[in-house]
Amino acid sequence: MTDIVKYFLKNKLALLGLVSILVFSFSAILAPMITPYDPYMQFFEGLSLEGAPLPPNAKFWLGTDLLGRDLFTRLVYGARTSLIIGIAANGIALFIGAFLGIIAGYARGWTGAVIMRFTDLMMAFPALLLAIALAAIFQPSLWIVALVIACVNWVQIARVIYSQTMALATSEYIEAVRSIGASWPRILFVHILPHLWPTILVWGTLGIATTVLLEATLSFLGVGVRPPTPSWGGIIYESQSYFLDAPWLVFFPGLAIMALSLAFNLVGDALRDALDPMKRGRN
Amino acid sequence: MLSIILKRLGQSVFILLGVTLITFSLSFMMPADPVRMIAGRSATKATVESIRKELGLDKPLPIQYAKYVNRLVQLDLGRSYKQKTQVAELIKSRLPATLLLMAGAIFFEILIGIPAGILAATQRGKFWDNWIMAISFAGVSMPQFVLGLLLLYLFAYVFGWFPLGGYGTWRHLFLPALTLGISGGGWYSRMVRSSMVDVLCQDYIRTARAKGLSEFKTIMVHGLRNGILPIIAMIGLDVGIFMAGAVVVESVFGWPGIGQMAWQAIQMVDIPVIMGVTLVAAIGIIIGNLLADLVMPFVDPKMRVD
Repeated sequence: MTDIVKYFLKNKLALLGLVSILVFSFSAILAPMITPYDPYMQFFEGLSLEGAPLPPNAKFWLGTDLLGRDLFTRLVYGARTSLIIGIAANGIALFIGAFLGIIAGYARGWTGAVIMRFTDLMMAFPALLLAIALAAIFQPSLWIVALVIACVNWVQIARVIYSQTMALATSEYIEAVRSIGASWPRILFVHILPHLWPTILVWGTLGIATTVLLEATLSFLGVGVRPPTPSWGGIIYESQSYFLDAPWLVFFPGLAIMALSLAFNLVGDALRDALDPMKRGRN
Repeated sequence: MLSIILKRLGQSVFILLGVTLITFSLSFMMPADPVRMIAGRSATKATVESIRKELGLDKPLPIQYAKYVNRLVQLDLGRSYKQKTQVAELIKSRLPATLLLMAGAIFFEILIGIPAGILAATQRGKFWDNWIMAISFAGVSMPQFVLGLLLLYLFAYVFGWFPLGGYGTWRHLFLPALTLGISGGGWYSRMVRSSMVDVLCQDYIRTARAKGLSEFKTIMVHGLRNGILPIIAMIGLDVGIFMAGAVVVESVFGWPGIGQMAWQAIQMVDIPVIMGVTLVAAIGIIIGNLLADLVMPFVDPKMRVD
C-alpha cells in the first residue's frame, strides 16, 4: 500500500491531476462563495451598447455570454453539472458493467454466453448515435443524461471484468475454496471481488474522463443538459454561431472540459500503473 | 483460417439482426409521431389516418418489424419521411464525403501517432517521452468540437489559410481531418509506445544490436514490425467508428457526410434515415473488425496458425 502511495506521489503529472480534481470539486461545492454573481443573472452592463457579449475585463473576469451573464460564474456552476453527471453516470455504468461482467465470468455457460453476445451487440452499435437517439427520446434532464451515458458506457467495463472474473473463477485457489464447500455468494464476494477492486478503481477514474467528454458532446449537440442550467458543453452550443466574434465563449469552457477530463485521465493512468506490480518496476 | 472467417461472418449476421431489433424498438420510442410530422399541423384526421396506413404504421409492431427485415434483405432501407427519397440513395450520396473524411482522419492519426509513439518508446522516461505522453493525453481529453472550433478560428478565420467549412477541395478536408487525427493520434501514440516498449525489451532486439545493426535499423525494421501490430486492430476499429460519420466534426465543419445526416434525421424524427444510418454504421464496425482480423496474418506470421 505504501509502495502504491509512494509511486503515485513520485508521478508529478498524476499529482497535478489530483490537485486539479480537488480544485474543480471544491469550486463546484463552494460555488456561491467563489463567485459573487448568480449564474442566471443577465447583467444590463454585461452587453455592449450594440448588444454584443463583452470580452474578459475587470468586472467580468472571463467575459460575458450572449445574454450578458457572467461566464466565470457559469463555468464555476457548470463544474457542478459536469461532476454530478461524471460521477453519477460512471457510477451507474460501473455498477451495471461490473455486475454483468462478474455474473457472465462466474456463471459462464448459457448465462455467460447470452450476456457476452449482448455486449458484442452493443459494441457494434455506434455509441454516440445511440446516446443521441436515447437523449432525443427522453427529454433530457441532469439525471436522464447521466442514465443515457451509463447505458452506453457500461459495455467496456463488463468485458474487462468478465475476462478477469473468468480467469479467477478457473484458478486453483477458487477450485480449492469450492471444494471445501463455500457457497457461491461467499466465493464471489469474499474471494473474487477483492481481486477486481483495482480494475474497478482504475475504470472508475478513467471512465469519468470519458463521461465528462460525452456529456459535453451531448450538450454541444443540443441533446444534453437543457439551458439555462449551466453546462460547459451547453455554453459552447449556445454561443457557437457567434464564436468568431466572441472566441472566449468557446475557449474557456473548452479549456475547462479538457482540464477536468485530463485530470481524471492522468490520475486513472497513474493508478493503473501503481496498482500493476509488473509496470511499477519498469517505467 | 477460412473456418474462422466463416464463423465470424455467422456471428456478424446475428449481431446485425440484434442491431435492427434495437434501432426498430428505439424508433418507436421517439416522442414525436412521424405521421403528424409529415402531414403537418393543419392536416385533417382522415389525412393523418390515410398516411399512417400508406406507411404501414397501423400494423402491429412484430409485423412491421418482419416487413422491415424482409425489405432489408433486399437492400431496401425504406423511404425518408422528410426528404421523400430512398434512404439507400441518401446514404449513397453521403458516403463519399464520409469515406474521404475517414481516409484523411486515419492518415493524420498515423502521421501523428506512430512517430510520436516510437520517439516516446525509444526515449523512455526521458524528456521527449514525458512531453509526448502529456500532450497525447491532452489530445484525447480535448472534446472534438472544441478542438475543431479552435482550429477553425485560428487557421480559417485569423490566418485565413483554410475555408470556414464546407466541402469540395483538399483545403476543406484538411481541418476536419486534422481534428479527428489529433484526438485519434493521441490514442495511437500511447498504444505504439506501450507495444514498442514491450518489443524493445525482447531478446531479438538485443541480438540485433549486438550484431552491430544501427539503432535506427534495429528500431525501424526489427522493432516496428512487431510494435505496429496493435495499430492495425485500432485502424480496423476506426473504420467502423468513422462509418457512423463523425457526427460532431461533421456538424462543426458543415461536412456533408453520413454523421451530419444522422444528426439532422434525429432532430426531425426521420425514423427510416436514423435506422438506415445506424445499420450502415454497425455494418461498418463489423467490416472494420473483420478487415483487421484478415490483415493481421499477413503482417504477423504467428497469426497464420489456426
